[in-house]
Formats: sequence, C-alpha cells, structure tokens
Amino acid sequence: MRRSAAGGGPVTPRAGAMSWWMRLRTRRRSLLWAEQRDAYLFILPWILGFLIFLAGPMLASLFISFTRWEIVTPSRFVGFDQYVKIAQDDRLWLSLWNTAYYVFLGVPLHLFLALLAALAVNINLRGIRLYRTLFYVPSLTPAVANAILWLWIFHPQWGLANAALDLVGLPPLFWLQDPRLAKPAFIIMSWWTIGGQMVILLAGLKGIPATFYEAAEMDGASAWGRFWRITLPLLTPALFFNLIIAIIGAFQVFTQAFIMTEGGPNYSTLFYLLYLFRMAFENFRMGYASAMAWALFLIILIFTAIQFRVSDRWVFYEGDLRK
Amino acid sequence: MTVTPHAAVLARSRRRRQIQTIAYQLFWYAVLSCIALALALPLLWLVSTSFKTGAQTFLMPPKWIPQPIVFSNYPEAFRAVDFARYFWNTLYVTLASTAGTLLTASLAAFAFARLRFPLRGPLFGVVLSTIMLPGIVTLIPTFILFRALDWIDTFKPLVVPNWLGGGAFSIFLFRQFFMTLPLELDEAARVDGASNFLIYWRILLPLSTPVLATVAIFSIIYNWNDFFTPLIYLQSPEKWTMAIGLQSFKDLYSTSWNLMMAASTVMIAPLLALFFTAQQYFTSGIQMSGIAGR
Repeated sequence: MRRSAAGGGPVTPRAGAMSWWMRLRTRRRSLLWAEQRDAYLFILPWILGFLIFLAGPMLASLFISFTRWEIVTPSRFVGFDQYVKIAQDDRLWLSLWNTAYYVFLGVPLHLFLALLAALAVNINLRGIRLYRTLFYVPSLTPAVANAILWLWIFHPQWGLANAALDLVGLPPLFWLQDPRLAKPAFIIMSWWTIGGQMVILLAGLKGIPATFYEAAEMDGASAWGRFWRITLPLLTPALFFNLIIAIIGAFQVFTQAFIMTEGGPNYSTLFYLLYLFRMAFENFRMGYASAMAWALFLIILIFTAIQFRVSDRWVFYEGDLRK
Repeated sequence: MTVTPHAAVLARSRRRRQIQTIAYQLFWYAVLSCIALALALPLLWLVSTSFKTGAQTFLMPPKWIPQPIVFSNYPEAFRAVDFARYFWNTLYVTLASTAGTLLTASLAAFAFARLRFPLRGPLFGVVLSTIMLPGIVTLIPTFILFRALDWIDTFKPLVVPNWLGGGAFSIFLFRQFFMTLPLELDEAARVDGASNFLIYWRILLPLSTPVLATVAIFSIIYNWNDFFTPLIYLQSPEKWTMAIGLQSFKDLYSTSWNLMMAASTVMIAPLLALFFTAQQYFTSGIQMSGIAGR
C-alpha cells in the first residue's frame, strides 16, 4: 500500500524554523498514527467481544474447573478434584462413548454422502441448478423443527420410517425407543442435511481446472481414472476442511437428543454436551461442568491436531506442485 | 466409387451418438430426481401432516394428500401457545443481532483489509482460529457473567455479543470482499481529505451489497434457528423465541402431530422464502466458507 504524504490539501506556509522535510515527516507520521488509531477503533468491538466472550470466559472456565461451586454456595478451590471425579464417572464415559459413536460413524458417512451429492450435481445438464437447490433446501430446516419432524417420522406406530419399511415388507422398528437403534437413527436423520457440505465440495469441484481433465483424456485416462487421479486429490483440501469443522460440530451434538430422546432410552443418546448441560443447569455443579468442558476441549484440540498431522499424508494442496 | 455408403455410416454413427447422449442424460435425470424426491420427503410429509385432521394423522399406510385438507391447524397452533409472540420475539432478536453483526464485523474487516497497524497479521490469525473454537468452553463463565449483569431472561445475551465483532466468519467474509475492491478508491478519497470512517461508510460499504446480503442471510438463519442460547437465557414464556416455543409445544401437545407440524411450518416458511429470494448470495457465502479452510 503506497500513499503520498502530501495527501490532505495545500500545505500552509508556516513561519518558523521547521524545514519542509521535517514538516513532511511529522505529517506522514501523524497520518500513520491516525490510521493506526482508526484501525484499532474499528476493531475495538471485536477486541472487546474477544476478551469478554472468548478469552475471558475460557480462562474463567479453566479456573472454575479447579473449584467446587454450586452457584448459591461460595466457590472452593479443590485443585484437580473435579478432573479426578470425571475420570471416575461411569456415566460421563458412557456419554463420551455415545458421542464418539456419533462422531466417528456419523461424520464420515455424512461427508461421503455429501461428496456423492456434489458429484451428482456437478454433471453438466440443463436445469442442474434446480437440483442443487432441491438438494440444499432440507438443510435449512431449524434444528428444533427438524427434531420434531423426525420424532414424527420415527413414530413407531404412525411414522413414515416404519411405513417405508412396511412398503418393502420389513417389520417395524422401535427407532428412538430402542437403545441399539437410537444413535443410528440420529445418524440417518443427519443425511438430510448434507446440503451445506455439498455446496462447499461443489465449489471445490468447480475449482479444478478443465485443462487437467483435457490432458488426462488425451493420455487416454478413463473416467474412473480421472476421478481417482485428478478429482479426488484436488478435492482433498475441501474434504479436509469439512471433516475438521464437522467433527468439531458433531462432538457438540445436543438439540436432537435434548428434544427427541432426552438422553434415553437407557442413556443410549446421552451425549457429552447433554450431560454437561444437565450438570451445569439442572444440578448447578459449575466446577464439574467446567472441568467437563475443558476435558472435551482438550479432546477436540488433540484430535484436530492429529488430523492436521495426518493431513500431510492425504491432503493435496495445489501449492505443492510449485515446491 | 461413390460417397453414399460412407455418408450413411457417418449419419448412423452420429445418430447412435445422439441416442447415447440422450440415454446418458435421461439416466442422470432419473438418478437426480430420485435423490431430490428422497431428500424432499420429510419436508413434504411435514407440510402434508400440517393440513390433516387429527384422525388422519393416525393412518397406516399414511396418506400423502390429506382428505379433507384442513387449514384450521394453523390458527389452532397459534391459539394453543402464544406463537405470535414467539414469532415477534424471534424476529426482534434476529434483526437486532444481524444489524450488530453487519456493522461491527464490516468495521473490523475494513481495518484488517485496508488499514496498516501493528499486529494486524497476528490479530487476524486470532480471528480465524476462533472459527474452530468449540463454544462449549465459554458456556459456563458466559452464563455466570450474564447472571451477574442481571441479563438473564432478557434478550441482551442473545443480541449484545453480536454487536461485538459479529463472529469470526462474518469478519472473514467481509475482509475477503473488501480485498477485491481497488485500493485506488480509498486513495482518491483520501486525497480529497476523507477520513478512514468516511471511506468505509461512503465508499466501500455502498459497493459491498453482495457481501452485506451474504452475511445478513447467514446471521438471520443462525439467529432464527438458534436453540441453545435462548434455552439457557430465556425463562419466562413471554420472552421465548420460536425455537423454545416449539419445544414447549411438543411437551404440551405430544400427540397433536398436525398442530406441531403446522407450528414447525410457520418457523420454516420465512427461511425458505428468504432462501429463494436471495439464493445467489447464499451459495456464494457457503462457497467462501470453503476457502476459509485453506
């Protein structure tokens, strides 16, 4: 960014010993200073928000996690007690297992289906935009409305899911009332919200230069070969990004379980955040809940770090070509 | 020596190729239509149920076209709980939050994109890294803070944070857009003696309708749909948003599926209307979020 120092109107001749060079320098410096002052003024709301609602609370929750505090009683410093209790809490481990099930089974499947959808709406056909829209629209459904809708769909007697099973001659299932099926039911219903990932992956597909395909075709590569050798490698950054964001989101799965199953049946959908929510806002055990939050934060952090590490092996950035 | 056989062969192969393309297209239209139908079924089922009588919801196999089609579920849903009030509360929270997001995120983005100041790079790095921060770690202290401020059961916990930066992703979107506008605009204005704020307000913002629309849409959808925040901060029913109202509906009328589906439709319909009027801004925004990961 270059800017002329004589930016603001005519220079008034001033009596005194200051040379033009000195004046120029002061002026430039004051302009620069004004720019820095304005810049910090403009980002001030964000800085305040960051300190008050992110950095501050993060540190505070770390501190609270070392205390015993039921809101109405004064807090007491207990060191690592809460973390020790966490490690011994069987229900918490169960909630972590439920969450891991949802994350590690649900997210890859979801992403795979989103990839298929993106490939399908990347075909060059007239009216393909309409299909993109139709594929996307279900993702707009608010989580609460979606939860209530799927509660109805999974209704054991009158629901659409069992009607569909009946249509192909299968016996009805007790989806959300069956401890073995409740988590898979949540995963199935998530398939209707692949739209967001689909659009990101589609943008990735559109970003692959056509010349790559032309060159491959001239070398006699089959459609399958082109997909494996060109499309997939060049799409890995978009896949990686989606994977990271989706996993962080899935670790915090809450609304479906809160509304549809309330953690049941037999705690099979007691997800980590639901358990934390109950600890904090029903039992008011703020110290324990804060320790839980930090434990999950560390798990997510470690997991994300591992993914970034492993990503060197499978994510292909175009910049790599130039190395 | 005649050319006729040769021409005939050519014509035949051309016809075969045409048939092949038509078959190819038909095949994909069929596949795409099947997927689209499967994806649309839940929403169609929702709308269909919302027009059914109570008795009709309990039919096996279910009927897709209600007979008779009744509209009474909608007024009845509004009578059963104070859904009109939830609607206005949601609208208020959504608009107030979106206004704050648009203003403060674009201001910060202007500084990050156009002004030079110490720590610009590191600070923007901090902005980006907060996109990946799970909200769970800040939950409890934030609750305690709002409780100390006596803001529980007001709209402030839902609105005020949006007036402080408007979220990392909004700042990122604005910054990306501002970077595409020529710097000469700022310089020309500066020569004319315009202040930095004036450049932002009178020159860059008027050129930024697309990104304003994109961020507005994301903010509207996020706040309209948000369940967790109102669940924690809003207690008295006259303060509830639709997300909370809908949940209470489920507890009160757990077998009136037609009423619940009508209420859900009321919550979804404005979003669909918004989506179809502003689709282009919408998709460009999601695509940008993919770039955020690079």
